[in-house]
Amino acid sequence: MKGEKILLSHGSGGRLSYNLIKELILPNFTSPCLQKLDDGAILRMKGFRLAYSTDSYTVDPLFFKGGDIGTLAVCGTVNDLAMCGAKPLYLSCSLIIEEGFPLSCLEEIVLSIKRASLMAGVDIVTGDTKVVNRGAVDRLFINTSGIGLVKEGTNISGGNARVDDVIILNGPIGNHGITVLSAREGLKFETAVQSDVAPLNLLVNDILEVSQDIHVLRDPTRGGLATTLNEIALSSGVEIEINEEDIPVDEEVQAACEILGYDPLYLANEGKLVAFVPPAIAPEILRKMKENKYGSKSKIIGKVVKKSEGLVCLRTRIGGKRIVDMLTGEQLPRIC
Amino acid sequence: MKYIDEYRNKNLAKIILKQIDGLSHQPINLMEVCGTHTVAIFRHGLRKVLPPHIQLISGPGCPVCVTPIRYIDEIIAFAREKEFIITTFGDMMRVPGSTSSLEKEKAKGADIRMVYSTLDALQVAEDNPFKKIIFVGIGFETTAPTIASAILKAEKEKIKNFFVLSMAKLIPPVLKGLLESKEININGFLYPGHVSTIIGSQPYSFIASQYHIPGVIAGFEPLDILQSIYMLVKQIENNQAEIAIQYERAVKPEGNEIALARMKKVFNQVDSDWRGIGRISRSGLEIKEDYHPFNARKFAVEIEETREFEGCRCGEVLRGIINPPQCSLFTKICTPENPRGACMVSSEGTCAAYYKYGNNI
Repeated sequence: MKGEKILLSHGSGGRLSYNLIKELILPNFTSPCLQKLDDGAILRMKGFRLAYSTDSYTVDPLFFKGGDIGTLAVCGTVNDLAMCGAKPLYLSCSLIIEEGFPLSCLEEIVLSIKRASLMAGVDIVTGDTKVVNRGAVDRLFINTSGIGLVKEGTNISGGNARVDDVIILNGPIGNHGITVLSAREGLKFETAVQSDVAPLNLLVNDILEVSQDIHVLRDPTRGGLATTLNEIALSSGVEIEINEEDIPVDEEVQAACEILGYDPLYLANEGKLVAFVPPAIAPEILRKMKENKYGSKSKIIGKVVKKSEGLVCLRTRIGGKRIVDMLTGEQLPRIC
Repeated sequence: MKYIDEYRNKNLAKIILKQIDGLSHQPINLMEVCGTHTVAIFRHGLRKVLPPHIQLISGPGCPVCVTPIRYIDEIIAFAREKEFIITTFGDMMRVPGSTSSLEKEKAKGADIRMVYSTLDALQVAEDNPFKKIIFVGIGFETTAPTIASAILKAEKEKIKNFFVLSMAKLIPPVLKGLLESKEININGFLYPGHVSTIIGSQPYSFIASQYHIPGVIAGFEPLDILQSIYMLVKQIENNQAEIAIQYERAVKPEGNEIALARMKKVFNQVDSDWRGIGRISRSGLEIKEDYHPFNARKFAVEIEETREFEGCRCGEVLRGIINPPQCSLFTKICTPENPRGACMVSSEGTCAAYYKYGNNI
């Protein structure tokens, strides 16, 4: 390890990130909550089950179609709590601002934070502001952490997927990834796509109203659906099979992917979740999800087929079959 | 999605597969020359649905994979000099050189920027007038005209800090080299659709006439590839050897004359080294003397001594002699996180495709 440096690929949410956490970070901390590598920790305190989660936001550009870094900072942490089956209640918010950052931009972002927290029904209850020298951060970074309550009887974890579980996805994938990519400096690629960033806690609430017997909830953010499914397959020791023709992808996203040589399965989302549910209750959950505005395009995309060391397979549109691997480093646009 | 879904129709695929199976039962080896075809074949699971007597062998058509380590080291040498900004297509970032990669140099502080077109690189030059901008000119006939266009634009607009490190290569000469080596046993070629939009079908005709091997210029959707395989197998069964165009919606027999003219204006055809294959006569493109001011090689940089990875069999993979699982490093030591050869690092490399999409499920 001596002399080695952190590469951007270590932060991509793919296998290098996973290995970094497993090998360098986890061995130093013994809490079983952390070892699970779920989106948040579930803590027992005097009869209550608290969910606790944190995330930092460094998105470039700060503003993009459909949202900005402020919207992301609230929705991201709210969603991490929701993926533990928790009702998110309180958020903290820390701003790290680069000297020279325009006040008007900051104000716009703070208003987004306000709007998103109202939408999600959470209160920002504590915060911090730091200003650093020019160059010490790239304009603005935000950290939020959040606390939520988990009902007794709810037991949701990436390690709980079981054979025969049905996998439901709440809508088309890749919109956030393509939006940010096309807005990023250097890529003048205008598209009509906008980010799907949204708080998913009310959708999760709807799902849990149908049944508490939900095995896994995960939001496929960095690394995309492919990486999220691989993490679940590994944590649960199962083989997952998904059907290409059932995975919704918007036409503009598909077109951008065709041009750049990207695979929508690896693009980031900020308003999507996958639910692993027992087959008996899947139709009812799907129906309920479709009634919610963030789940109107929900679809069953596959199922857990058997126990294994952790594998994700895809039935292709033309009837072939292939492995879906984790993301390795950032996706890179191809030469030709 | 319109113009895509039509080419991914399951029922039509079944019909073509049945027709292919009905044509022949003798063992047939087809080489897909292009890396984009290799990925499409894996991504759509085509190997699993083709009759077992039809073998698809991946060829040398991944520009990153065929670039010798010395050239990677050359880019790294430029990256280590503070006066340069390196602009490159994304594929090159993780390719291992002798001791480093562009991704690692970037982490150490080199100014390396991913661009999506040669004109983006030109923009970087305009935005940074006090730096020297090097564009890594890697690619085949598809990319070479865009590199030529950037140089012509830089000349016209008097942009004096834009330089190209040309590593461009040509497909027909390397196919000739492969056939001359007599190491491969190929019954038919799937020719690259993108390259052929530029060069047309004529440059492949010697392969049909001199070597009696049929070829089909193929599109990249599953039905394109299946139809092309059908057209190839039919020729093989009828003992024909012609160059046919399946990808008619993009490829004209004469190619793209404007693009070809620009290439000819800026580049000379020179002998070029191909990783794992060796030196091939007139298979590379170097910037002509007239455009010397834009040639990055006018700057002297110190290139480290080349170190090849022991045991890496990328060369044999690129020549279609072995499949990646036959290399003892494959998946054991050589993985996408820790690639030992370029075929594992490029998204269009054969080893990466085998690793990512799985060969035995």
